[in-house]
Amino acid sequence: MSGLLGIAWLTLKLAGVTTAILLVVATPLAWWLARSRRWWSEVAAALVALPIVLPPTVLGFYLLLALGPESPLMAPLHAFGVRTLAFTFWGLVLGSVIYSLPFAVQPLRNAFQAAGDRPLEAAATLGASPLDAFFTVAAPLARPGFVVAAVLAFAHTVGEFGVVLMIGGGVPGETEVLSIEIYRLVEALEWGRAHLIAGALLAFAFAVMLSLLLLDRRVRKAAS
Amino acid sequence: MISARFQGRLGGFALDVEFQAPASGVTVLFGPSGSGKTTVLRCIAGLTRLAGRFEVDGDVWQDERTFLPAHRRRVGYVFQDAALFDHLNVRGNLLYGRRRAGRGADAAFDRLVALLGLEELLHRSPARLSGGERQRVAIGRALLAEPRLLLLDEPLASLDAARKAELLPYFDALRREAAAPVFYVTHDVTEAARLGDRMLLIRDGRLVETAAAQAPDEAGGIDRLAARLRAVGPEALAAELILSGAPSEVARLAVEALAARG
Repeated sequence: MSGLLGIAWLTLKLAGVTTAILLVVATPLAWWLARSRRWWSEVAAALVALPIVLPPTVLGFYLLLALGPESPLMAPLHAFGVRTLAFTFWGLVLGSVIYSLPFAVQPLRNAFQAAGDRPLEAAATLGASPLDAFFTVAAPLARPGFVVAAVLAFAHTVGEFGVVLMIGGGVPGETEVLSIEIYRLVEALEWGRAHLIAGALLAFAFAVMLSLLLLDRRVRKAAS
Repeated sequence: MISARFQGRLGGFALDVEFQAPASGVTVLFGPSGSGKTTVLRCIAGLTRLAGRFEVDGDVWQDERTFLPAHRRRVGYVFQDAALFDHLNVRGNLLYGRRRAGRGADAAFDRLVALLGLEELLHRSPARLSGGERQRVAIGRALLAEPRLLLLDEPLASLDAARKAELLPYFDALRREAAAPVFYVTHDVTEAARLGDRMLLIRDGRLVETAAAQAPDEAGGIDRLAARLRAVGPEALAAELILSGAPSEVARLAVEALAARG
């Protein structure tokens, strides 16, 4: 049982770290996408959204090449004694950030767009610099977007399988997460434990969706 | 003295205006919708950037080399839709610009809150205000930031006649109170005449005429003008207005507006 708890803890740690990084990365990206009027911002938007339609194994394949010891991207890290990020926790974090990026960017972009230019113009005429206006007007108005982005990024990272399998490989204590463990248990015909994890993830997914819908309902009620 | 020149294109619309106005009292930008009044106001605030020049009492906000961003111009801008911050209560809205001007909830704050009749609303969310209340908060918020200029963009246009009537006395009070010069955009001749000290008439992106506003109250009120219109017809009334000193374009628009009122 302790093995299972360790796997669950690693899964939550991966999802938590990924979500924290995603909120930092996705916020300026979503802000730029929401406010840019240039056509090529849609090229960037398409790139960000790519993981939604791309088979996870394709993304995992490229990440495996990019994070492997032969990759030129890894060369600068060799000096620090890091030869590869493949099959490591931080390699998984990087993969998860890319894989879940659209699920954080899209709700934030929508929230920023929904608020529109007007509150920012009002803030500017009242003496707020653009950065001041972002933190005191745009971000608070987009708060529901932040909550949705965090919840979706977290849940999506918990549920990912293909990318994790490709670049993680299920190393115990390092990259072995719940979704991989279910697969391994079923292959080993350990139905009882597979049931336990599957049931827990089902309950988790339902709780996530329910809280999102209740939140949305509260926001709409507050707005009316 | 305020001097302004703005010229340029926005989409298919061309604007080319130049004017001087004293840095006191209420200057009404008057003209039909789509004539470019709001664009002029946005240029003054630094929210829209066209080529030109803008100067207030010798301080240059815009010329060939400078363009002061909106947040460093210290204008109070009242938008047609109030544009209150929905995540702050009324008090938070009123203090947003005031804190950034280095002031707080002091005696002057309390006085203006009382003048605008907002005491009971301070802890209310903007979502739970009526249209007239929202505009009162927006005006208070702009004034409390202690602006160099107060810019009002059709602040009554989104309200029905009863709400307008309810709000006009506040504007009269503000006209007396506001230390800052006011630019007031409207296409309503009644508002223009009641609130303005002078009028800039704008049409198709150009300044047509400048005039000292003829307060219809002095001439016996808007209703008497309407009665006169029914009695003598539009041409004769326009002629009377021109003879009494109104520029022809103003007279014509006033008669049009009166006729539209029925």
